[in-house]
Amino acid sequence: MEPLRIRDHAFQSRLIVGSGKYPDPDTMVRAWEASGTNCITVALRRVDLKHEHEERNLLDRIDRERYTILPNTAGCYNVEDAVRTARLARELGLGDLLKLEVIADEETLLPNTAATLEATATLAKEDFTVLAYTNDDPVAAKQLEEAGAAAVMPLGAPIGSGLGILNPTNIRIILGRARVPIIVDAGVGTASDVALAMELGVDGVLLNTGIAQAQDPVPMARAMALACEAGHLAFLSGRIPRREVAAPSSPVEGRFTS
Amino acid sequence: MGEAIRIRLNGEDAEVAAGTTIGALVDGVTKDRSRIAVERNKEIVPRTSYDQQAAEEGDVIEIVTLVGGG
Repeated sequence: MEPLRIRDHAFQSRLIVGSGKYPDPDTMVRAWEASGTNCITVALRRVDLKHEHEERNLLDRIDRERYTILPNTAGCYNVEDAVRTARLARELGLGDLLKLEVIADEETLLPNTAATLEATATLAKEDFTVLAYTNDDPVAAKQLEEAGAAAVMPLGAPIGSGLGILNPTNIRIILGRARVPIIVDAGVGTASDVALAMELGVDGVLLNTGIAQAQDPVPMARAMALACEAGHLAFLSGRIPRREVAAPSSPVEGRFTS
Repeated sequence: MGEAIRIRLNGEDAEVAAGTTIGALVDGVTKDRSRIAVERNKEIVPRTSYDQQAAEEGDVIEIVTLVGGG
């Protein structure tokens, strides 16, 4: 299958997987392998002044030959903090890719779209490849594209909610107008959510909690991978139109029964 | 210890000797400089200048690394 392409980056797998909230690091690494992903999201935080020496750093666990690291700006509530975080990520040697999120409030964790737009414009001028997390809002998606986002990432549902794709119609409208890759980010709870998103025609799915907090993350990661591939193939294959009445699958002519 | 200056390091008040470099602060928290990035008063401190820049009174310094996230 065609890889997911975002500017100069190509990913064979259309799943982007997080590195947070796993029960333990070994499960995390095995889940990445089972998911087939080529891209892993990470966050930036202060070094723990008291414990850093003893802890094994996350970078030790990510095989850079196999995975591209996608730093996020999670926890940023304004443009300045998001831009600072992006610059620090680049200084860490993580390249130009950035998952930009500017959150509006702690209760909903919904994006502040005006601030995301401003940060996208600033970071695009600094040559970041911005993957902009946003609402499932066709207007915001288009504005982000015009501001220089390399990919637009509408949420399926609020972060960590596992509610799935709450507004497939809006995702479809976003897709119909988009000239950059569209990646559903957040809200995916189980494999069918990934399949649904991919069947809509999105270019990829980004998820973390749906795998990390599953009772058994490694097989769930595999389920997400299969769903991603299945959904993408179904999209490429062109599903039959929906109709409100039945249509027989066997010939109507030549029946010999009464 | 000569004259001391007060800085804010990763959100905590700290007192260090005047002339302490960013590099010395970094080495105090990690053995591997490639795993961290430094910001001083909201501006990036390039890795190449850690040992040239000395902390100054009132500096707000952040030393960050990667953690798990989604």
